[in-house]
Amino acid sequence: MIEVRNVSKAYGGKPVIEEVSVGIKKGKITSFIGPNGAGKSTLLSMISRLLTKDSGQVLIEGKELSDWKSKDLAKKISILKQSNHINLRLTVRELVSFGRFPYSQGKLTKEDWEQVDEAIAYMDLVDLQGKYLDELSGGQNQRAFIAMVIAQNTEYILLDEPLNNLDMKHSVQIMKVLRRLVEELGKTVILVIHDINFASCYSDYIVALKNGKIVKEGSTETIIDSAILKEIYDMDIPIEIINGNRIGIYFS
Amino acid sequence: MKVKLSFLALLAVALIVLFLFIHLGPNWDYALPRRLKKVLAIAITGGAIAYATLIFQTITNNRILTPSVIGLDSLYMLIQTFVIYVFGSMSLPSTNKQLNFFITVGLMIAFVGVLYKLLFKREGRNLYFLLLIGLVLGTLFGSMSTFMQVLIDPNEFLIVQGRMFASFNNVNTDLLVISIIIIALVAAYSTRLGKYLDVMSLGKEHAVNLGIPYDYIVKRMLVIVAILIAVSTALVGPITFLGLLVVNVAYQFMRTYRHSILIPGAILISIIALVGGQLIVERVFAFETTVSVIINFIGGAYFLYLLLREKKA
Ligand SMILES: Nc1ncnc2c1ncn2[C@@H]1O[C@H](COP(=O)(O)OP(=O)(O)OP(=O)(O)O)[C@@H](O)[C@H]1O
Ligand SMILES: [Mg+2]
Repeated sequence: MIEVRNVSKAYGGKPVIEEVSVGIKKGKITSFIGPNGAGKSTLLSMISRLLTKDSGQVLIEGKELSDWKSKDLAKKISILKQSNHINLRLTVRELVSFGRFPYSQGKLTKEDWEQVDEAIAYMDLVDLQGKYLDELSGGQNQRAFIAMVIAQNTEYILLDEPLNNLDMKHSVQIMKVLRRLVEELGKTVILVIHDINFASCYSDYIVALKNGKIVKEGSTETIIDSAILKEIYDMDIPIEIINGNRIGIYFS
Repeated sequence: MKVKLSFLALLAVALIVLFLFIHLGPNWDYALPRRLKKVLAIAITGGAIAYATLIFQTITNNRILTPSVIGLDSLYMLIQTFVIYVFGSMSLPSTNKQLNFFITVGLMIAFVGVLYKLLFKREGRNLYFLLLIGLVLGTLFGSMSTFMQVLIDPNEFLIVQGRMFASFNNVNTDLLVISIIIIALVAAYSTRLGKYLDVMSLGKEHAVNLGIPYDYIVKRMLVIVAILIAVSTALVGPITFLGLLVVNVAYQFMRTYRHSILIPGAILISIIALVGGQLIVERVFAFETTVSVIINFIGGAYFLYLLLREKKA
């Protein structure tokens, strides 16, 4: 499991994450929610060692991040950032094949390519796999990057707003893929997500951040609750039960 | 891909053969070894500059940068000007090529070492910080050189001016051998890091995610770049735009992101440009100009084109 202990980060003296501690359960989907600027991306980046923390610890299976060898860590945990831009002209398949680097160090074997093809199929990209990234729409691009993370085949998968740019159909499809990864392959998924209803329908746990602190955490049923959401977002959000899911009506 | 590389290799060989044997004349036993030495100097510096620039662009993730932005070229000029300003052109550090070579290479590498300390002393400083400092210092060195050049005797100035442009015409044989050894050693060491280059070009965050010890690699790559540039500049003089020109042509021509193809491609293109340029200098302009003037002219024009294209995109 992943354990975050008293992690802090400040930019130019201004605290962005303050003494945050949280445990991420293995084999579950955990969603980070909270308003813009709450510190969700910052926290996720620190958990995945993209950003150095000012203080505190992040333990992956009991071992502090900095004690891991980078190569081994890349087989354990993967991260996809909120926005991805690449300076190279790559096809979808080439991009996805980079996900195998931790295993192959650049010399892909037959099994590596099988995993690449599988990831491409998972993300519904078979028809687009020969296209260059700069010829794709925003949502298609996002799916290509998610496919790369899937090809990396790590136990822990961290995704920052993976539904960015996606239409409803593909949003649902990706959330279903994530559930499948958790249920069939026993992966652990952590994501940042803005739509509380996607969080409600697909995640097991929810961690709510605000102003650099965790304001609430718990199982999905306990967090998707009018009083608690009011505390997080300063908004009245009535909750209805539809097909057994708790849905927040936040449009008005 | 193989076809393109073979084509480049053939063209390079053809130009080299042409360069060696054109108008050889009766005194070939005198001329041929001299030409061979020249071609060797061209190949080794051209290759080193192309390779260094390609790596530099990959670690900075920027296609319009050359290693000279960290101020190595201006430092070279400053050292040359300073030596002549203080000791005079007839002094030992100016006339003794070996001494001059080692002073120059030593100072350039020491300079990068200092930049380094600034960069990696504290965490969170990024590569662009280093580039900025390098740019500022480069400008400072440039102004200091100009200042001294204004003050020195006009005859001395001519000698300084001669060193502003790369020249393959009187390369010292001993130094050529030393340079080849240093460059070969550095290049051999750097192949160990070669497998990381493709992933590095995805950018820092993807590279870290894919398990690359990013800072470790960047540090080593920068040292490699500095040594290659320092040695080739000290050997023949500065050719600022050569690297930029040939690496971008290599990207356009090879149409791939794979460094295993880009590296030989860029090196071959560099050799073609330099040998071709030198041929033009010798046969068309009859030594009235130098190859670096031609390369800088073409390179500068190409650089402007790149900037304009970036702006449109
Ligand atoms: N590089 C940086 N320099 C300075 N401040 C930063 C930097 N990155 C983030 N911040 C600040 O840190 C705070 C948290 O940013 P973060 O990106 O973690 O928010 P977030 O919760 O992911 O928001 P969003 O929902 O908009 O993605 C913000 O106030 C932001 O302005
Ligand atoms: Mg964010």
